[in-house]
Amino acid sequence: MIDPTYRKKMVVVEGSYAVAHSAKVCRPNVISAYPITPQTHIVENLSQFMADGEIPNCEYINVEAEFSAISALIGASAVGARTYSATTSQGLLLMHEALFNTSGMRLPVVMTVANRAVSAPINIWNDHQDAIAQRDTGWIQLYVEDVQEACDTLPQLYKIAEDNDIMVPGMVCMDGFILSHVYEPVILLEQDLTDNFLPTFQPEDILDPEDPKTFGAFAAPDTYEEFRYLHEQAMQKALPKIESVAKEFEEIFGRYHGGLVDGYMLDDAEIVIMSMGSILGTIKDVVDEYRARGEKVGVLKVRSFRPFPKEQIREAIKNAHVVVILDKNISIGTNEGALFTETKSCLYNSKIRIPVVGYTVGHGGRDIRVEDIAKIIEETKKVIKSGIEVESQFLSLKEELL
Amino acid sequence: MSKNTPQTYITSGHSGCAGCCDAFAAKFALMGAGPNTIVVNPTGCLEVMSTPFPYSSWQVPWIHSLFENAGAVASGVEAALKALGKKDDIKVISIGGDGSTMDIGLGALSGAFERGHDFTYVCMDNEAYMNTGVQRSSGTPFDASTTTTPAGKVSFGNPRPKKNMPAIMVAHGSPYVATTSIGFPRDMIRKVKKATEIVGPTYIHSHAPCPTGWGFDTSKTLEIAKLAVETCLWPMYEMENGEITQVRKVKDPRPVEEYLRAQKRFKHLFTMEGGEEEIKKIQATADWNIKHFGLQ
Repeated sequence: MIDPTYRKKMVVVEGSYAVAHSAKVCRPNVISAYPITPQTHIVENLSQFMADGEIPNCEYINVEAEFSAISALIGASAVGARTYSATTSQGLLLMHEALFNTSGMRLPVVMTVANRAVSAPINIWNDHQDAIAQRDTGWIQLYVEDVQEACDTLPQLYKIAEDNDIMVPGMVCMDGFILSHVYEPVILLEQDLTDNFLPTFQPEDILDPEDPKTFGAFAAPDTYEEFRYLHEQAMQKALPKIESVAKEFEEIFGRYHGGLVDGYMLDDAEIVIMSMGSILGTIKDVVDEYRARGEKVGVLKVRSFRPFPKEQIREAIKNAHVVVILDKNISIGTNEGALFTETKSCLYNSKIRIPVVGYTVGHGGRDIRVEDIAKIIEETKKVIKSGIEVESQFLSLKEELL
Repeated sequence: MSKNTPQTYITSGHSGCAGCCDAFAAKFALMGAGPNTIVVNPTGCLEVMSTPFPYSSWQVPWIHSLFENAGAVASGVEAALKALGKKDDIKVISIGGDGSTMDIGLGALSGAFERGHDFTYVCMDNEAYMNTGVQRSSGTPFDASTTTTPAGKVSFGNPRPKKNMPAIMVAHGSPYVATTSIGFPRDMIRKVKKATEIVGPTYIHSHAPCPTGWGFDTSKTLEIAKLAVETCLWPMYEMENGEITQVRKVKDPRPVEEYLRAQKRFKHLFTMEGGEEEIKKIQATADWNIKHFGLQ
């Protein structure tokens, strides 16, 4: 039951509008973006806010490409501006080199990624391949389940990224179309509450003629490795920060979407289904049906993919009899999705010995239905009895196309 | 230097080669821009030699991001200064080589100029990719031998003329585009100063001879630079709002042969059969410059 006062605050808007509103109330100083489906409505809404004078002390740069969008934010962030962009798919891939540069220079740029498949073949619909391909760029990656979480995670991510002990950029990954173009009831972030939650950006090091500093220097083998180590240390510091910021957000706004991970019907679950993004909603519906029949099935939502919450995942699944992981991506050449590979990896040096199986699903926007999830659960049950026969597989291949 | 000479903001002790053209270019550019300047530097010799961590030669705030994005980074710096209310006090300049400016970074630079960001871009054109070993760029002149356009039995070297970069920048509607040379420090300092004082995207293209890449003695950098101007292979002019407003006259142009003979990259023109004809083609370029820019 939704609290009536809570319901009263809700409005039905498009996901992209809600996200643009969130970006606005975070008070960015520089927005730079290039339009690309399905991110377009976010940047169009921000453009309209600018045209209506609704974002004070902000410059909006309509760049000629995504590569310049992120590059402009590198310059802006180094001057001490709070910066925002949004992109997807080929745009995110075009940013790839500069993503390393942003994080290497420890500039807390924040972006929304409306996740989409990558070419070729060209496909505009949702999967997670674009962001997963950026997993080693040193950015924080938080995957969200619904529009409200996409909105609420933006100020959280600024607070995490801009922490002086962290200073690492981050992306909020929301499923393209499924969340960006859906009309859902949401509570739009209130400006006053957001101001209370998110302080102004106060970096220790900026480009300033009063106190000249050198950004992006040349580092030889005698110094480069330490930069990598310190970057990794910053990511490790982000782990508890992601948890604490989610709780701080809850105190002010009354909403909690999970920290690094979030369990659903998990405590006594024998079968645990793990995934990221909007598919979790469908999974939870199916789990409700199983629970109604007395079957101990639970869900582990992974919200933070980078940094990867090894301890929290181990803790969450240690009592399960089997874990099944659904990935909307594949690392071609392994027959595995990234979450599957990394979850198995984090279990190896622990005392947890449970079978882990994977499905790579929903490529290029292929629908994942309730009956698909039920089928996966049924197949996974067999693993408890007879062991793993197929470690990881595609969910819904059409034999006639192969 | 007299006491009226402006101060520079790049220290000695960097690891540039003896006679390094980039060191001159950066020094003169900062003399023109002054201390309240943020420098955006694409990847290249200058970045490598001036910032070996934990050292830095820069006495002004300086940022290097990537090889191809200086125009975009400068856009962001300028926009942020505006948003934070600091733009009136602080100038933004970008100093990049011919590779980052004319080739890989042209898209980002074009975007920045088209959007009208208020900054000055200084190209230090040493006419090849010197940092990686003297490979051809679109700034490499006709018939120069580089490691990717070497002279050989059936080749006189680079088969194409230099890209006309100032014309491209003028075509963006830039209020001020000028060419200069490190061989004429006062000219370069004056033009950079003028460019940084004009609101809008302004462009300075500075000729910058490289002893290592071009093959001349390290003591001759400025001499070779002057020779390029005196042979009319490097015309120096200013364009304001698309019109040429000033040209450095060359009273008695010297034959291009003098300039070519002084550099190893053109050595083959004096030994290969047919070299004379090639030199005539280069002389024709100088003659065209004399006529087109009214150098005499």
